[in-house]
Amino acid sequence: MIAAIVSLTLLGAILGLALGVAARKFAVEGDPLIDEIEAMMPGSNCGQCGQAGCAGAARAIAEGTAPVTSCPPGGKGLAAALAAKLGVTLDLSTVVDEGPKLAQVSEEICIGCCRCLKVCPTDAIVGAAKQIHNVIREACTGCGNCVERCPTEAVAMRPVPVTLQHWVWPKPESTAAA
Amino acid sequence: MSEYLVLLVSTALVNNVVLVRFLGLCPFMGVSKRVDSALGMGLATSFVIVLAAALSWILEHWLLAPLGLGYLRIMTFILVIAAVVQFTEAVLHKMAPNLYQMLGIYLPLIATNCSVLGLPLINMQEGHGFVTTLVYDFGSALGFTLAMVIFAGMRERLALAKVPDTFAGTPIAFVLASLMSLAFMGFSGLNFK
Repeated sequence: MIAAIVSLTLLGAILGLALGVAARKFAVEGDPLIDEIEAMMPGSNCGQCGQAGCAGAARAIAEGTAPVTSCPPGGKGLAAALAAKLGVTLDLSTVVDEGPKLAQVSEEICIGCCRCLKVCPTDAIVGAAKQIHNVIREACTGCGNCVERCPTEAVAMRPVPVTLQHWVWPKPESTAAA
Repeated sequence: MSEYLVLLVSTALVNNVVLVRFLGLCPFMGVSKRVDSALGMGLATSFVIVLAAALSWILEHWLLAPLGLGYLRIMTFILVIAAVVQFTEAVLHKMAPNLYQMLGIYLPLIATNCSVLGLPLINMQEGHGFVTTLVYDFGSALGFTLAMVIFAGMRERLALAKVPDTFAGTPIAFVLASLMSLAFMGFSGLNFK
């Protein structure tokens, strides 16, 4: 009994140590630019850009194979930030940005089919079979996957209602366009 | 020397680990859509199999048997296999990033590949010596890679063939695998005299 405990513990410790050394020795230096861009992305891996998740999109943007405007949930703000980071000139008029939008379920149309829950990358939709679903606003990233999935068109992207908690003084027009 | 050669042939072809013993079918079906990724998977699994078998043999004979801990065999082997797989992953990530991307989820899944655990257990059961163990597992790993590459090649051809809708995709791959297994059964008639 004691021999078993001691020997397996020792074995685990030795293997762990060996793996730690190997991890240090074979560490991969990733491109720091890719990591920085990935940190700026929404991170919901919604796939609207056509890349395999935000990591793939960050790599493509860093390599220049994808435009900085390729992230729809990021909108104008992200495009401008990425352009500043990469030093690219950007024509912001081509970016369609209608302000942040969140998914909303129309209670009178929802049939409780549970399909939207399964495609939500952030688990922002609550509900059960034959119960009306609802969106947790704090968790929704506005990727729009659920809108396509809904069989009754009960989910729609609505502009975020302005509340006291996140109202900000509007910026002057000239800086807002830049 | 000739007995090792016979052992190599018999493990690679006659007792092929995938097609005759039916171990390790998950990567066999999963990573066999393209020849290059199948070859990479076969080589990575081969590396893990041989390394894990050698470590398992040492542990079995120097640790478990002297202490009478035979009942911990499977647990110990799984510990060793998991560590070796992690090690392989780190090495591949460094040495061959493209292959690392291509293998994806199947790389950590080598840890649950039953051929990797099955071969050390077969070795213990048959009481192989250290060198015999190495040759046996190297031959089996060779057989695994061979089966993967042949199967992937056939599936690449199959992608161009006209398959009835009902059979398209995975079903025809299973039919193909069974036919290939049938062909490998023919090796059991090999005579080494």
